[in-house]
Amino acid sequence: MNAQTLISLGRSLLPVLLRRGGQALAVGVLVGMLSFLMMRWLPGDFAYRIAAGRYGYDLVSAEAAEAVRRELALDAPWYVALAGWWQQLLAFDLGNSLVIGTPVVDEIRHQLGHTLMLAGAALGLSLLIGLPLGVAAGLRPGGWADRLGLLVSVGLRAFPPFLLGLLMVIVFAGADLPAAGHGEAANLFLPALTLALGLAAGSSRIVREAIRNVLASEHYAFAQTKGLPLSLAVWRHALRNMALPVVAYLGVQLAFVIEGVVILETLFAWPGIGHAMVHAVFWRDVPMIQGTCLMLALCFVMLNALVDLLCLALDPRHR
Amino acid sequence: MKLTTLHRIGWLLLAAIAVFAAFGPALTGTDPFAQDLRAFLQAPALAHPLGTDHLGRSMLARLADAAQLSLGLAALSVLSAAIPGTVLGILAAWYGGALEKVLLFISDSVLALPGLLLVLLLATLAPGEFWPLYLGLSLAFWVEYFRVVRASARTLFASPGVEASLLLGFGLGYIVRRHVWPELAPVVRTLASFGLAAAVLAMAALGFVGVGVKPPRPELGVMMTELLPYYQEAPWLIAAPVGLLATTLLALILIQHEEKNA
Repeated sequence: MNAQTLISLGRSLLPVLLRRGGQALAVGVLVGMLSFLMMRWLPGDFAYRIAAGRYGYDLVSAEAAEAVRRELALDAPWYVALAGWWQQLLAFDLGNSLVIGTPVVDEIRHQLGHTLMLAGAALGLSLLIGLPLGVAAGLRPGGWADRLGLLVSVGLRAFPPFLLGLLMVIVFAGADLPAAGHGEAANLFLPALTLALGLAAGSSRIVREAIRNVLASEHYAFAQTKGLPLSLAVWRHALRNMALPVVAYLGVQLAFVIEGVVILETLFAWPGIGHAMVHAVFWRDVPMIQGTCLMLALCFVMLNALVDLLCLALDPRHR
Repeated sequence: MKLTTLHRIGWLLLAAIAVFAAFGPALTGTDPFAQDLRAFLQAPALAHPLGTDHLGRSMLARLADAAQLSLGLAALSVLSAAIPGTVLGILAAWYGGALEKVLLFISDSVLALPGLLLVLLLATLAPGEFWPLYLGLSLAFWVEYFRVVRASARTLFASPGVEASLLLGFGLGYIVRRHVWPELAPVVRTLASFGLAAAVLAMAALGFVGVGVKPPRPELGVMMTELLPYYQEAPWLIAAPVGLLATTLLALILIQHEEKNA
């Protein structure tokens, strides 16, 4: 690689990195600000609420609430609190959970693995389901596989992960498959399959379009006309062009994955970040809400950057 | 021909749901909050056509109330996302420069947070209230209109027709009315039906996990949570909100389908 290509590579990478870096920064400011507002605006006596979270509703007393108030300095003026809040956030200190008292970072580290496992399994399964369906539909547009695929994808969009998950729980609650909990591989299957079906509903149609467009293109027709064997024509002239829209669509699906993870983890009691976030909202555990939300948003931005880079790698025109 | 049939079915379903949402609460004449503990988990009958829930409340009245809430709030948030989003998109494409840069940065910042998380964060500010849901959905959705409209308006503003109008001395208002809006309208309509589906779904999902609308207010997601424990004794109860939500989504998908192929 000579200096010229390095420079042009840098020129094409820079906008992506700048945009995604700006996004990461903006999301940090937004989540931090909202979390701070949350802390100040929450209705009811915050100290009582936290004390109830720690000791249980039956054991809360005025002394316990007062102790919490002193410990967390809940009565400081707002500007002091805001300055402290930003100082902490800038030092990447997410603070301690208001309810269980442990550092938020430790909790998130534990949950992130579970969330990544669920999201990874769902993406993998969705490829296993969506790719063959899309290929079958794209090779023969208008054929029975195509029409069946369209029907299934419309049906799945009317039953998005949240509704599908609910049906899964009802259907499998009495069967051998565990509908909730975690610990065995079987616990992962239902939530991952639910999310994967929702993802495949979209991706199978994108794969179909991609294949149809490439097979109908002039450059592919020429590759065949000049006598390339099918495997070589597909490998050299079709695959990369097909991959591009599919990978780009992956970026669109990331938001779907994150939202699905939040809802499905709660529904299936899967101990990941989404589950923790929804429960933190219940308990008004603001540092926990902030930490989980930041983590999910930063993962989202990072994965988006990865998709951008992958698209750059696939498409030489933008380099 | 086949597509137009599907398209018509979509509009029919949507119209039926809209009528149910708009007039249902008034027509049923039953209080969705009135409990009758002697008549709980009843099967559909003449007095209560969809049966009664675990507290003896009329399911039909509750479903109508929930439909009104969901569709009303969704329509409102779609409107207040589509109008500023479209206007800002056109202005950014027309003026360019710093205005466009600033708007792009703001929209990028919003895009960095998946919509549901934004709504969830806002909902935490005032649990059980409607305005955070409304605000969150509008804030999350306007970006899509802005980006799509800006991208298409840029190409449209560069077209020979617009150039001719400019040479004749027409202003932005005329150009938008004559050249840009006719092209953009179908796109914005499609986005709006996507937005409606997303808003209805987001509300139900948040209600279901318990961070959106709060009981006893009937809402599709809240009703699902309440009725899930009774799915064995009275499966028709949970089927009602699930069916209504799925039908609404299906109707919105069917009308999009036509837009895309037209």
